[in-house]
Amino acid sequence: MTAMSTRAKLGVVVASAVLLGTVAAGYAATAAQAPRTPPTAGGEQAVTLAPGPRLLAITDRHVSTVAATDPAGPRTVAGLECLRVYAAAGTGVCLKPETAWSYEVVVLDATLRQTRAVSVPGLPNRARVSASGRMVSWTTFVGGDSYTSSGFSTRTGILDTRTGTAVASLEEFAITRDGRGYRNADVNYWGVTFTADDNRFYATMATGGERYLVRGDLAARTVETLKENVECPSLSPDGTRLAFKEAVDADPAKGWRLSVLDLSSMRVTATAETRSVDDQAAWLGNGKLAYTLRRDDGQPDVWSVPADGSGTPTLVIPGAESPSPLT
Amino acid sequence: MYLSTVSRPVADQPGSGPRRRRFTMVSGNVVALGTVSLITDVSAEMVAAVLPLYLVLGLHLSPVAFGVLDGVHTGATALLRVVGGFAADRFRRRKLIAGVGYALSAVAKLGLLLAGRSIPAIGAVIAVDRIGKGVRSAPRDALITLSTPPEALGRAFGVHRAMDSVGAFLGPLAAFAVLLVVGQSYDAVFVTSFCVATLAVVVLVLFVREQPDGEAANGEAANGETNDLKVSVREAFGLLRVGPARRLVLAAAMLGLATIGDGFVYLLLQRRMDLGLRWFPLLAVGTSLAYLLLAAPLGVLADRIGRLPVVIGGYTALGATYLLLAGPVDGWPLIALALTLYGAFYAATDGVLIALAGPVLPARLRTTGIALVQTGQALAYLVSSVLFGLAWQAWGPENAIRAAAVAVAGVLVGTLLLLVSPSRLTTRKVPR
Repeated sequence: MTAMSTRAKLGVVVASAVLLGTVAAGYAATAAQAPRTPPTAGGEQAVTLAPGPRLLAITDRHVSTVAATDPAGPRTVAGLECLRVYAAAGTGVCLKPETAWSYEVVVLDATLRQTRAVSVPGLPNRARVSASGRMVSWTTFVGGDSYTSSGFSTRTGILDTRTGTAVASLEEFAITRDGRGYRNADVNYWGVTFTADDNRFYATMATGGERYLVRGDLAARTVETLKENVECPSLSPDGTRLAFKEAVDADPAKGWRLSVLDLSSMRVTATAETRSVDDQAAWLGNGKLAYTLRRDDGQPDVWSVPADGSGTPTLVIPGAESPSPLT
Repeated sequence: MYLSTVSRPVADQPGSGPRRRRFTMVSGNVVALGTVSLITDVSAEMVAAVLPLYLVLGLHLSPVAFGVLDGVHTGATALLRVVGGFAADRFRRRKLIAGVGYALSAVAKLGLLLAGRSIPAIGAVIAVDRIGKGVRSAPRDALITLSTPPEALGRAFGVHRAMDSVGAFLGPLAAFAVLLVVGQSYDAVFVTSFCVATLAVVVLVLFVREQPDGEAANGEAANGETNDLKVSVREAFGLLRVGPARRLVLAAAMLGLATIGDGFVYLLLQRRMDLGLRWFPLLAVGTSLAYLLLAAPLGVLADRIGRLPVVIGGYTALGATYLLLAGPVDGWPLIALALTLYGAFYAATDGVLIALAGPVLPARLRTTGIALVQTGQALAYLVSSVLFGLAWQAWGPENAIRAAAVAVAGVLVGTLLLLVSPSRLTTRKVPR
């Protein structure tokens, strides 16, 4: 570069800054999404979580319900924005944006009125309510502390809506692994599902590169491992089976097969769904599972498949995610 | 060239002047490099702040699968850093190699747009970004040493690192500003980040000089540069056979063994405090703040009392941080003390160690040498963080952190034995 005066150099820098700023602003202007018009709440009928023959799901980031008999048909959409939702016995849990970059766990009554809110770190991932509607659980992803640090960790919490006591993170629980006490800094939990007694639960625990199915005891603050390579368990209404995602060849990078574990025989049956399912499935009665699959462009659809390995997957609610029966 | 040169520099250094005066006492090239680092860090931290949001909420990818890809590239980056350093020395194009590193990272920001939902593509883009970061730091630090008289290196690095941290501070704010304006368009953040990174490359091209005026002041550098023989691979390896240089690389690697990583430090702090999990990210902010404020003053101090004492002091602060994490102090005093000490550790070691290394390394091999020092540290840290994880598993967190504090003490003794010979301790002469 031939000698340039400092003034000329500064001129080039300013010109570059203006040019680059224009590029950025121009891109932002075209990329800026038109503000989403929140679907008007109410309408002829409002979204309610009261038990009934309806399915709850997220449509375009908003809580919605469809008739169980005609799930692809007319949809009732509420103004409430959630990234993940679940409900049982008239209690709902919603992972709701608090600001543009933070989320909170909101407990809802049957009319979608907020009864409690817990601020959580990270990004929404899983949410569950126990069959009685008393216990609520959530999982969020927490990013690494820098661009180059490794991976993500998860935080899983549980709230007793009757007493108000909350466990901010299961990481505080004592672990029994393969019959022996265990501790490690890298322990992560995700995907809680409650049993009928509202005390014991199942979840995924990851440590040392392995992912375990654990059975936990809230009152005792303990968990014990039951089986390897079981993620996002979901207990059937009769309490005999767990639907879960099983990493192909025990390697999550190869995707997950939606499977069912029989708790008395500990035998695993793969469902007829061969596409990779990265979801905590919901039981539609004792025979069928509902789960979210994404198209190539990232748009979600709710699908269903028989739990016993028979049949074929069927599309249930197009353009929706996070399905939950209203039981 | 003796290590005592750098551990006990000329005493009559005015260094305690007001801030403005101190600032004017670093060369234009250092200010230019600092500006480039500042702008680049704004760009990098913009992306870092929204990347998890983008992957999980924008692309709906499973971070667990994403994490599997991570960590594979560390070894490759370490090797490339040394290769890049050697190329910079061999062709005497430190500015070019640094520029390539900055440009790679800039392009990676656009790559995020093109990668779409493909996990391997995103992994590759992040690898390119990391390679860019790995490749640029050694030639940049070499340029700083070659643009600064040896007795003022601590101040130069202090100013540079402080400017760098300012950028890291502004980055997330810039990202959130963009998101506020455009809504949920993460793409707009990446494009803005790319534009910011490109501006940094423009500043580098225009204002950073390969042959700084100040270089003549550095006698040895001038000698090196007039020698027309190109640096050979054999000569580069020979660097590790030269006593002082080898001792320095060894010491740097050994010091790297004392660090367990930010993740563990913050995790322990959070456990001790029962800190609301959502405040977790602020721990890193607190450390950066301490680093930012202390980098320049500690750099100046290093020029006055010697760099080795400041580095030793920095690792002492690290050991004290570890002890605090297992100690009796609790509550907010614990957080304030721990983060200040941890930030002081960074401020007293990151730049100062290179300031210590610079004059020991021959000018014609300086980039290679700095790359070796940085790579040695990075690899040692990789080992120590794994070891700490195992210690946690075996002994529990409190005992593991006590063991880490003991390791710091051991490493400090080893470093002193390596870098200070008894005769020099007593004579304290400065051969120049």
